[in-house]
Amino acid sequence: MVERNRFLTFLSHAVLLLGVMIVAFPVYITFVASTHTAEAIVQAPMPLLPGDQFWHNYAAVLTGAEKGPGSGAPVARMMWISLVTALVISIGKIAISLLSAFAIVYFRFPFRMFFFWAVFVTLMLPVEVRIFPTYKVVADLGMLNSYAGLTIPLIASATATFLFRQFFLTVPEELTEASRMDGAGPMRFFIDVLVPLSATSIAALFVIQFIYGWNQYLWPLLVTTDESMYPVVIGIKRMISGGDSAQQWNLVMATAMLAMVPPALVVMLMQKWFVKGLVDTEK
Amino acid sequence: MASEKRVVFRSTWLPWLLLAPQLAVIGVFFFWPAAQTILQSMQQQDAFGTSTQFVGLDNFRSLFADPSYLASFKTTAVFSVLVAGLGIALSLILAVFADRVIKGALAYKTLLIWPYAVAPAVAGVLWLFMFAPSIGVVSYALRKAGMDWNHLLNSNHAMTLIVMAAVWKQISYNFLFFLAGLQAIPKSLIEAAAIDGARPWRRFWTIVFPLLSPTTFFLLVINMVYAFFDTFGIIDAATEGGPGKDTAILVYKTYYDGFKALDLGGSAAQSAVLMFLVIVLTVFQFRFVEKKVQY
Repeated sequence: MVERNRFLTFLSHAVLLLGVMIVAFPVYITFVASTHTAEAIVQAPMPLLPGDQFWHNYAAVLTGAEKGPGSGAPVARMMWISLVTALVISIGKIAISLLSAFAIVYFRFPFRMFFFWAVFVTLMLPVEVRIFPTYKVVADLGMLNSYAGLTIPLIASATATFLFRQFFLTVPEELTEASRMDGAGPMRFFIDVLVPLSATSIAALFVIQFIYGWNQYLWPLLVTTDESMYPVVIGIKRMISGGDSAQQWNLVMATAMLAMVPPALVVMLMQKWFVKGLVDTEK
Repeated sequence: MASEKRVVFRSTWLPWLLLAPQLAVIGVFFFWPAAQTILQSMQQQDAFGTSTQFVGLDNFRSLFADPSYLASFKTTAVFSVLVAGLGIALSLILAVFADRVIKGALAYKTLLIWPYAVAPAVAGVLWLFMFAPSIGVVSYALRKAGMDWNHLLNSNHAMTLIVMAAVWKQISYNFLFFLAGLQAIPKSLIEAAAIDGARPWRRFWTIVFPLLSPTTFFLLVINMVYAFFDTFGIIDAATEGGPGKDTAILVYKTYYDGFKALDLGGSAAQSAVLMFLVIVLTVFQFRFVEKKVQY
């Protein structure tokens, strides 16, 4: 910084530490709650240090061994569904956006820009503004309670298409000419030149879209009615029913920890891509 | 508009094939349902779904005459202003201090950004647990301090709860953008002001804050959109719109009326109003973003 000011440096660390603690507090409490028995938690005040039920609680929720008042489906299954859903959504979005951006940038055909704008305006049609009819389409297609229903309606992506189009426009023309000279067809050029060049954008988008897919709530709430197809985020909500003290809060909190860990790890371990992804998708 | 490619490939069928998956998805799951929404918003179904009748703008008329819908508008306005205001203020404070520190900067950053990864519904459950009237840690502490916290009965408490959960989740996002904005400010400007004798407090208000205004404005729009649409999970998990309908923001009410109360026409009309709001917000965002981008 500009000048050395011991007081300000001290204040900075104090404020940041306070911020970090406030941000971490809810998760700390959640973790503590997930390591006690249900009885220990409902006695206010609940313990503020971790207990000895860690293995018992996590094993119980993962296998669905202990039934609470709400849904008691095994969380391992839910985690699997969340993982598959998040991967299909993120990879699907990236794949179809790469293909459509390639078509729009590297070919000339009627209504080209019309289609580009058609993809673009889907930005203005989030699930929330067309809830019931979208649900009806999925129901009519028989896709309720299936991976297809959980993922396909979410894999169109205006932001990704826009991003790849912008990127393709910056790829030098010489590369295209050179590969045409070498006799490469369009798909060869796409796979051998464009996709490798887009690797950093793909990685950045993947992080953002994985989190987006994992954290979906409203859509799975509508299309999954069968316990065996709940993603973990829905599973938590379904475990809570009835009053405060009737819950097996230790199990709910263990499930919440399990639901948070994979996307949080993705953010922390792929921080560089995550930051790039956030900035890119907002342009 | 950006420039076009000079060198293109020639094929009459390949581009259509490449576009097909995207077009199929947006056609079937976006445009068709959106058209249905608008159509349904002008229809009325009887209680058994056996007959449908075109009623023009009647649904909208009854919607805007309905005090509970207008109340939901007010709830949404209060909620989104609080979320955007608090979220921006807190993350600006954190970003300004994070920009100062040299030791441990990366650690602070890592420890502040991860709530972005927490699902809104999970955030709702976490905060609900801390503030649960009979067993929560924080509600217990509040009771000891003489405040009888009960978000199941007191709508101000319920609103406070969802605002805290929503802000907690959004701080990381705002923080990253503010930090990037701060790091883009030329150090020479700040040094010049320091040489002229401006103290840190004064430098912040006369130089740093004005230079951050594009970022602040951008975040204001993003946070409004977030509060309007992405907080459904928080509300459904923490308060379910209660007590009464006092935390039912527009999206929540649309969902509730359509899926729980089964008022399709009314819910579709609410969806159409939401669609209008998204379009306004998006256009606003893009007009602004175009000005912001300077490569």
